[in-house]
Formats: sequence, structure tokens, C-alpha cells
Amino acid sequence: MSETAAIDFFDVDFAYGVAPVLDKVSLRVRAGEFWALLGPNGGGKSTLIKLALGLLKPNRGRIRIFGETPSEARARIGYVPQFATFPRDFPLAVNQVVLQGRLQAGNWWRPMGKAHKAAAAGSLDRAGIAHLAKRPIGTLSGGQLQRVLIARALAAEPELLLLDEPTAHVDTDGETNFFDLLASLRKQMAIVMVSHDVGLVSRHVDRVACLNKTLVWHGAVPLNEGVLAQLYGSSASLVDHRQTGTP
Amino acid sequence: MSFATALMEHDFLRVVALAALIAAISGGVVGTIVVTRRLTFLAGGIAHASLGGMGVFQWAGHDPIAGATVAAVIAALLIGVVAHRGSEREDMLIGAIWAVGMAIGLIAIAHTPGYQADLMTYLLGNLLMVTFEEALLMATIMGVVMILVALFWQPIVATLFDEEFATTRGLPTLAIELAVLVSIALVVVVLLRAVGLVLVMALLTLPTATAGVFVRTLGRLMLASATVALLAMWAGLEIAMQTDSPAGASIVLSAAACYILALSYRRLRPGQSGSQDQPDQKRAPP
Repeated sequence: MSETAAIDFFDVDFAYGVAPVLDKVSLRVRAGEFWALLGPNGGGKSTLIKLALGLLKPNRGRIRIFGETPSEARARIGYVPQFATFPRDFPLAVNQVVLQGRLQAGNWWRPMGKAHKAAAAGSLDRAGIAHLAKRPIGTLSGGQLQRVLIARALAAEPELLLLDEPTAHVDTDGETNFFDLLASLRKQMAIVMVSHDVGLVSRHVDRVACLNKTLVWHGAVPLNEGVLAQLYGSSASLVDHRQTGTP
Repeated sequence: MSFATALMEHDFLRVVALAALIAAISGGVVGTIVVTRRLTFLAGGIAHASLGGMGVFQWAGHDPIAGATVAAVIAALLIGVVAHRGSEREDMLIGAIWAVGMAIGLIAIAHTPGYQADLMTYLLGNLLMVTFEEALLMATIMGVVMILVALFWQPIVATLFDEEFATTRGLPTLAIELAVLVSIALVVVVLLRAVGLVLVMALLTLPTATAGVFVRTLGRLMLASATVALLAMWAGLEIAMQTDSPAGASIVLSAAACYILALSYRRLRPGQSGSQDQPDQKRAPP
């Protein structure tokens, strides 16, 4: 099948205990597309990412990643988690963290040879942080650390890149560079990134999915106010960043 | 007479020095894991729960160290599995295991005639009474732990640092996590002999805390921690001999002195490399 989607969700339900988080979510992300997953906190965005990674199992429905189950497809996915999943003061250097992206299900017990180290150095380069290779991660700024996590995900040579709230730590200066970096990757892999920053994200991606327990809307940008009202409640309005700053 | 000259004259002290070396290395390596992953309370729980195994084995006429090993490993696995399932609060469970283990031990010891003097040895330790056979057992346990850590360095570090990401790379993270906890339990047993269970936490934390002032990567932290632990042991034994004080307590106070000296060093030289690009408040726990 030539049209195997990077991500395919069919009617997926998920609940933590009894509280439903996702309700009948169906979504298809094709290879090479750049998506943003928008929605309020607690709307199920991170849950959807974890389902795609096979870290959580759906209560109902079917998930396919490149036509395989999430656990089977893991090797083809690069994952950029939120900062909260690891201790920021952990005594590791940047290149040691990035090398972790080379670990693989089949041969995780083998020591890492030169080829792996070269690949890790390559992804440091792609993420634009080769000069930080020897720095302990505890000494990095939020934006720098974000790039380390992206480099670690790229080291796995993924066909699908999943980013959970990557814009939360990028300072306003680094913002444009951050999207430049993602733009440089988009032809080589499908990218899905979670964000609650509607205005920031919708300028850079080509498709958005709006999630608040159910999939409220999905399709091409730009978003209209009706969708936002459905997503965040009627009081929400779209702030167009292109116009802010000019009187 | 100093410890160094005594070492030349008395054979038994060579066994003591060997045991100190083993305890320092295994304590430094595992202590680094304990400190960086904030598992101090867990290590304390395992150490105290091991008293249960010790008491029961002594009551039944078996080797108490074997009992301590069994109890420590059971406690570690129990905490690891329950913590992974996430259905119970981990800190509460550790506290419960800590207390229950000690209670079992105290009851067993109360029903064992004529062994009460030994209890103090396990509570407070006595490095000076270590036998060659015990040193051999310590060396074996250390060897196993060191080989495991060296062989599986990458997957262990990846799991300790970010378990979720390691899972997405296909690593068996639960098995790795349990193996690490069992290693901590085994090293706790090694340290029991040196400083006693009450003071195990000191050897798992103070050397790494001291080393953390000077180095910032995991491997170097392990090396530096082992060195500091060795220094503290040497100084502690020296003090114990000079002042006729208990060896375990002297070692702990020496380790604490090292930490205080390191902290003062950092305070007095704020412009040193490392602290320049990392302000102190970032490193301090919240």
C-alpha cells in the first residue's frame, strides 16, 4: 500500500480510570506532513501522543503507525517529551543524552560503537547545538535543552517526530529559529507537535487538529474563530501575532 | 599508633582495609545512583527492612548476613513493583516496609537467647571485626554489581534519566529498574558490615554529595564518590583508633566533614569553573 499514513487513529477512546480523556478520536497524518495538535490543558493532547507511542493502550478503537501497531513501530518514531519527565540536574553531558536516541529494541544491551557516536554527533549538528556537546545538561537554558531533546529524537533517524509542548521553553528570540529547525526537517519526516499556543503555532504548521476530549476540528490552517470558540469556550478569540507589535 | 603503621603490624587490619576499599567503591557507585535519582529514603527503607531478615535468620540459626540479603532484595522488589504500578504512594510504602522490617527483626532477636550483643554490631557496624570470609562475600557482591553496571551502562543510564523515552526506544525498563533496585539492596548489605544499617544512608549520600561539588557527569561522579568514601573510611578508622571511638560513627562523621569542607570550598570560591554558568539555586533541591 503506497498510501500508508504515518499516524492513523480509528475511533479511539481512552480513559484514566473512569474519567474519559479521548472520545471517538479519528485522525490521519500522512508522511511528510507538519501538524500541530492544539487544545486546552487536559484536552487529551499529550495522551494522544502517548497512545501513538504505545506508552498507553486505547480502551477502544484502533491505532496504526505506518500500518503497524505503536509498539511495533516504535523504532521509526522520534519522541521529544516534556521537561517534567526527567530530572534537569541529572549529571549527563549533552552528547551522552543524545546518544540515548541510538538505543534500539533489538540490541539495546550492546555497547555503543563509533558508528552510533558519529550518528549522535550528526544529529547534534542538525539541531544546531554541536558546540554544546560536552556541556552538562544542568547548565543549559530551556531553549538549548529543547534542542538537545530534539537531537536525541533525531538520533533515532525517525520517520515520524512527536513533540510534546516544545514551545513551552523556547524564548521569544529562539522561537523563529526553533520553527526554522522544524521546517528543515519537515520534508524528511512527518511531524506532530502538541501546543496550547494557538497563535504561535498556526503560523508555522500546515495542518492543525483541535482536541478537547473529542476531535473538534482538523484540517488546514488558518483557524477561524468559530473553531476556537468550540475549543476553548465562547470567550476565546484569535490573536494574530502578525499584527501585534504594530500600532 | 596511626592506622597506617598498625596496618603493617596486624594481619587483621589488612582485611579491614580490604573491606573498607570494597565498601567505598560499591558505596560510591551505587550512592551516585541513589543521590541523582533521589532514592535516599528508599535506600534507608531497604537498609532497615534488612534487620527483619537478619533477626529471623539468626533466630533460626542461620547466617544473619544471608538473612539481610534476602530481606533487602525482597524489600527492593516490592517497592519497585508497587511503584511501577503506581497504585500506592511510594514514600508511604517505603515507610511501612522500613518499620515492619525492623519490627520483625526486633521480635526475632528478642526470642533469640544470648545474641543481643551482636545486634549492636548490625545496627552500628564494626569494620574492625570483619572476617576474611565476609570480606570475600562483600567482594563477590561488589563484583557482580560492578559488572552489571559496566555491561549495561547505556541502557541503565537511559532508564534512570528518562524512563519514558527509554521505553519508546524499546528498552525493558521495568526489568532494568528492578535490577538497579536489587543492586542497591545488595550494596546496602555490603555497607551494613562496614557502618551498620543505621548509618548506611550516610555512605550512600555524603560521598556523592561531596563529589557533586567538583564533577558533573555520572561516570566521574561515581569515581569521585568512591574516592571520597575511601578517604572518609581511612580518616574514620584513624580517628576510631586514636580516640577509641566506634568505627562506624567515626567514618560517618569524617564523610560529613568532607561534605562540609567541599561546601565551604564552593562558597569561598564562587568564580570556579562550573558554578560560573550554573547558578547555585538551580542545583539546590526545591
